[in-house]
Amino acid sequence: MLNINNLHVELEDEDKAILKGLSLTVPAGEVHAIMGPNGSGKSTMSYVLSGKGGYEVTGGTATLDGVNLLDMEPDERAAAGLFLAFQYPVEIPGVGNMTFLRTAVNCQRKARGEEELSAADFLKIIREKAKSLKIDAEMLKRPVNVGFSGGEKKRNEILQMAMLEPKMCILDETDSGLDVDAMKLVSDGVNALRDGKRSFLVITHYQRLLDHIKPDVVHIMADGRIVKSGGPDLALEVEHNGYADILAEVAA
Amino acid sequence: MSTITDKPQVKDGVDQDTVDAVQSVGDKYKYGFETDIEMDFAPKGVNEDIVRLISAKNEEPEWMTDWRLDAFRRWQAMVEPEWAMVHYPEIDFQDLYYYARPKSMAVKPKSLDDVDPKLLATYEKLGIPLKEQMILAGVEGAEGAPVDGRRVAVDAVFDSVSVGTTFRDELAKAGVIFCSISEAIREYPDLVKKYLGSVVPQSDNFYATLNSAVFSDGSFVYIPPNTKCPMELSTYFRINAENTGQFERTLIIADKGSYVSYLEGCTAPKRDTNQLHAAVVELVILEDAEIKYSTVQNWFPGDENGMGGIYNFVTKRADCRGDRAKVMWTQVETGSAVTWKYPSCILRGDDSSGEFYSIAIANNYQQADTGTKMVHLGKNTKSRIVSKGISAGRAQNTYRGLVSMHPKAKNSRNYTQCDSLLIGDKCGAHTVPYIEVRNNSSRVEHEATTSKVDDDQLFYCRQRGIDEEAALALIVNGFAKEVLQALPMEFAMEAQALVAISLEGSVG
Repeated sequence: MLNINNLHVELEDEDKAILKGLSLTVPAGEVHAIMGPNGSGKSTMSYVLSGKGGYEVTGGTATLDGVNLLDMEPDERAAAGLFLAFQYPVEIPGVGNMTFLRTAVNCQRKARGEEELSAADFLKIIREKAKSLKIDAEMLKRPVNVGFSGGEKKRNEILQMAMLEPKMCILDETDSGLDVDAMKLVSDGVNALRDGKRSFLVITHYQRLLDHIKPDVVHIMADGRIVKSGGPDLALEVEHNGYADILAEVAA
Repeated sequence: MSTITDKPQVKDGVDQDTVDAVQSVGDKYKYGFETDIEMDFAPKGVNEDIVRLISAKNEEPEWMTDWRLDAFRRWQAMVEPEWAMVHYPEIDFQDLYYYARPKSMAVKPKSLDDVDPKLLATYEKLGIPLKEQMILAGVEGAEGAPVDGRRVAVDAVFDSVSVGTTFRDELAKAGVIFCSISEAIREYPDLVKKYLGSVVPQSDNFYATLNSAVFSDGSFVYIPPNTKCPMELSTYFRINAENTGQFERTLIIADKGSYVSYLEGCTAPKRDTNQLHAAVVELVILEDAEIKYSTVQNWFPGDENGMGGIYNFVTKRADCRGDRAKVMWTQVETGSAVTWKYPSCILRGDDSSGEFYSIAIANNYQQADTGTKMVHLGKNTKSRIVSKGISAGRAQNTYRGLVSMHPKAKNSRNYTQCDSLLIGDKCGAHTVPYIEVRNNSSRVEHEATTSKVDDDQLFYCRQRGIDEEAALALIVNGFAKEVLQALPMEFAMEAQALVAISLEGSVG
């Protein structure tokens, strides 16, 4: 599904390298977690994959189902099936949540040459999905993320993910700022989307999210590349001992 | 000829809610009542004696009288502009009253308590609060309206005179001056001398020059340095007397680092003759200051056969004189038989910014030629124009805009988005953009200003699969909607209902 090979990325403005030979493969249907100390390049990776400006790719490749992601516009990447649940979802004043999502769904459908969803069909689907995420109708009418609590914003991200039905979901610290109940709700939402084909890349600082969303593989990222990969136990190790031991082990 | 087939038909593909909303604006003019009140008129027509008389009625100093006379002499040599896409019978400028004052206002009331109850009742009927009371946000008496409502200070102008201004004492405590312009000329001559005509010069254009000669009243606002005006300010213009032109003049000065939000509302009785309204609004914005100026223009638009209505020929201009000065014009235009109006921004200071948001709805036989001018003089100046024109019946709606980037306006940006919607098969929509770019680092295009927030919003939309153009339109429309919803005061409620209007089926 997602193939990142020896990816090198610098900040456009500062000539500073962030990703230094990142390689990572997420096969179809698998959930991979990425953990790592602050500043290791986790968020940069999610931005570069989704096409945010301000970064320069100086080497390496990233493909989704064999298609080169790095050549595409951000909206083309989305239509190709890449979804990023943001760490800090932005507010868009005056744009209703429903209008926003319907525009997104239909833009993607159009880009893929599919027929657009009618207003009635869209409404039916979004109501069902919102209900399962405990998002009330009022929240759908409000402007995108405006005045939402931290938990509401993250649930809204998962709702968007559910509506857009991507192939490859990247969750950038979706657990940050969530209380235990909200984390459960968000995790349930994610788990409901696991269907054996869809892949997930879950960026997190904390093992507790991985109690809810069980990963197949855990990667440790440091200084712009993956330094260690392993099973779910690796996350427990980090939780107990921090990164110092792993980093020392890698350096040795 | 059958009158049935000649009736404008609603075009296919136009959202029914939109049709209903636009029709409800056109069908019922709620403010068309007349106040039966005794008036003093100056003799009909305009000449130097009339100019002197208006000046004398306002007890003006000599310099002001001379300023008016100078304007009048210039006006006599000028001709009415003909370039706008509006058609109306020639106006006989000698067949109008230029000054009409309620008799009860002959002795200026000391406070609102002394104002003629009939006048107070008029404003009450219009829903304009002239009592210094807490105003509940939202519709009056609406259930669940917040108790901590906004307060709004009002200057009420009735025909040629200001009836009263509320909250003056409280504003004065903050150093804010809010009074009628006639009073400002007497009480604050230094400020008036310094700024009057400095944004819209006496000889600017035919109507502005006429206004300079014969303006009778209007509002004056001065916000001292580093002061956020403690409440919204507003002026409510009411034309009541027949065959009378209203010529008001507004001057707002936001000194360094200050902020004010200001709203203007306008209505007039239903009559089958046309009436002239030629106003001038000047905004002076110094370093780091900001003015938000909103208009809900609801002059009588004429009846369904095109009889009567106001000719609205208005010159509005803001001068961002200092660095980082900001101005935002918001207008909702549903009234007037003929509108000729281009609220403009002179972006003189470096990093200054101007924004213009407009919704113009024209029904029946209404004609609107409206837009803006963004004149970029300083470095890194930014402007944004969002205009929506909606035409129904036999109306003609024109957007006319100028974006000008001067040689020194390096790295300046403009974003323009104009949409029009034709609801019927007998109306028209026109777009006349003028663009001048005289340096090679500025951009005039369909791109939002590149502030950090906008970039992040844009990326967010695009990550969800929305292409760049659609994403920009979505964000900008949302912003415009937000702006309209934030219009202060009750009489903007109607405008808020219009926000629901969808431009699907728009002609571009």
